[in-house]
Amino acid sequence: MEIFDSLVVIFASAIRLGVPLILACIAGLWSERSGVVDIGLEGKMLTGAFAAAVVATFTGSAWAGLLAGVTASVAVSLIHGYASIDQRANQIVSGTAINMVADGMTALIGNAIWSQGGRTPQLPDSALFQPISLPFEAALAPVPILGPIYSHLISHHDLITYFAFAIAPLTYWALYSTRFGLRLRAVGENPAAVDTAGLSVRGLRYGAVMICGVLVGLSGVYLSLAQAAYFQPHMSAGKGFIALAALVFAKWRPWPALATCLLFGFLDALSIRMQGAVIPGLGEVPVQAIQALPYVMTVVLLAGFIGKAIPPKASGVPYVKER
Amino acid sequence: MSAPHKPLPGWADVALIPLINVAAAFIISGLVVLAIGENPIEAVKLLVGGALGNLEGIGFTLYYATSFIFTGLAVALCFHAGLFNIGVDGQAYIAGLGAALVGLYLPLPGYSQAIVAILAAALFGAAFAAIPGYLQAKRDSHIVITTIMFNYIASALMGYLLVNVLRRPRQMNPETQTFPHGGTIPQLHELLKPFGVEWPVTPLNLSFFLSLIAAFVVWLLIWRTRLGYEIRAVGVNPTAAVYGGVSPARITIVSTLLSGALAGGLAVNVILGEEHRLVLEFTAGFGFVGIAVALMGRAHPVGIVLAAILFGVLYQGGAELAFDKPKISRDMIVVIQGLVVLFAGALEHMFRRPVAALLARRVSQPPI
Repeated sequence: MEIFDSLVVIFASAIRLGVPLILACIAGLWSERSGVVDIGLEGKMLTGAFAAAVVATFTGSAWAGLLAGVTASVAVSLIHGYASIDQRANQIVSGTAINMVADGMTALIGNAIWSQGGRTPQLPDSALFQPISLPFEAALAPVPILGPIYSHLISHHDLITYFAFAIAPLTYWALYSTRFGLRLRAVGENPAAVDTAGLSVRGLRYGAVMICGVLVGLSGVYLSLAQAAYFQPHMSAGKGFIALAALVFAKWRPWPALATCLLFGFLDALSIRMQGAVIPGLGEVPVQAIQALPYVMTVVLLAGFIGKAIPPKASGVPYVKER
Repeated sequence: MSAPHKPLPGWADVALIPLINVAAAFIISGLVVLAIGENPIEAVKLLVGGALGNLEGIGFTLYYATSFIFTGLAVALCFHAGLFNIGVDGQAYIAGLGAALVGLYLPLPGYSQAIVAILAAALFGAAFAAIPGYLQAKRDSHIVITTIMFNYIASALMGYLLVNVLRRPRQMNPETQTFPHGGTIPQLHELLKPFGVEWPVTPLNLSFFLSLIAAFVVWLLIWRTRLGYEIRAVGVNPTAAVYGGVSPARITIVSTLLSGALAGGLAVNVILGEEHRLVLEFTAGFGFVGIAVALMGRAHPVGIVLAAILFGVLYQGGAELAFDKPKISRDMIVVIQGLVVLFAGALEHMFRRPVAALLARRVSQPPI
């Protein structure tokens, strides 16, 4: 029973740690499926987290914070879009620039306003996205096995978490069952064909980049208004890059993306839980080994030793319309 | 969309456009300073004064510049082969391990200690870069993604080694003991003392001259050797290079090896030149500064040295500035760095069209 309880605790924390990954990963999926490579997820997440915390601090409203976080992230996405789509820039360079500017700018402005080394003031509960209790939580609580699972894993999460879990099937449906999705996938594989069909490559890619901005902005909002109650410099702590790894690991597909992000979230939860723990027969497992596992797994997959991760064919390639 | 770019006169291409791009980055940085309620002109004065106003400032500026020359060269070398090595930071981190292992466990006579430590740093950096290079060349794994992953793998590996294996006994900080066998690189103030020259105590060390030699060697390699020609050929057009008898796979591996070895220069400067022990996260993101330096210097060693000195001024002056004006924290330098990457890298062609149009108009006007 003790093992079961600690498993529930680990899984619950895996969900909490997985949510920002899911949102950022699916965000990257939209962008990259349209042919725009995005290594700037980290910077946009940070921007979203910062804008959300600042506006929530001044207005006291979580929803105003959410709107600000998403708007800021979309604005940054549009810069990346302008560089990648209109200026035909190297998309890796553009993403790198966004990561640097976001990292410096959020800390700089936060420090200039509150003089707390870039940290924003602690937000009251009313300015945060609080866990919501689904019906029958209290009634089911005493039931063994089912009770803890329902109250810790299924119920008692905030709205952004539920949205994150809905976004994978939604994305799957949009990409594979709608006309927009078909065109978007086509533009990432063979933009010339889409152009020949009389559709705007530019319009489709801008659309994808903006969807990406909304989703990754939400992951930032989650960091500052749900997981924590403030913004802190560098608080995304590489989550944007883990999401990128998850995207590669999931081979740019929505359902595997959801599963991979939960797996990486689980590994993160495990590494926190395993600090100093001794496994019989193995001795102390170094926390760093578990932390490095997502990256190692992604490299091994990329190397083609377990299946092959093939990116969308036109990703990273600016489209030049023939004249 | 019309033809991407009208041809520009050579001077505009080499000097004017890069200057406009960097100026745009600095103008926006000035607006940011203005927005947080400080005076940008005063800030520039404090910054430049702190970096170049006295010998101590200059010493620190050149010490930082040394690191940036090495990382800038590392990034630029891969640029020439058409590769984007984002892993310079991780490669330099692992290079530090190589230098430290020699410093801790391999006593050697006299100067050979330092030389072997430098070689070990280059070797470890190259070996760590070789894995993504090999995977790109032979398994077609995108080097951008793998080098990002390798940065985190390096960070986890070094964290483990420093906390659990190499840490000095009875010491909480994750750092090794000071290298017992010497083998460190002499600092300038020590070298100048016998000649009666009083140079203030700064971390500036002989690595600075090593970095200048490295810049010259990279120039020789890229523009004066057969290998350099092959590297550029693969960078411009891998398919055409194959017809010329060049193997892109071989060039990819060789370029990443050399790039990783150059990244090791950061470890040489910081670990052997200043710290004299291995410390956690000593690379401090300087591998990423290399990206800005390489882009700003247009991947040419002369440009890289100049850009590295500019970034040295920013890092040293920025520290002084943050001391005088707490509102302009050191994060400002990261913002400037990012804006330089944005304007000199991602948006490098943004001003090209208007400038071309402007120049064309002036040329086409008939002389009266």
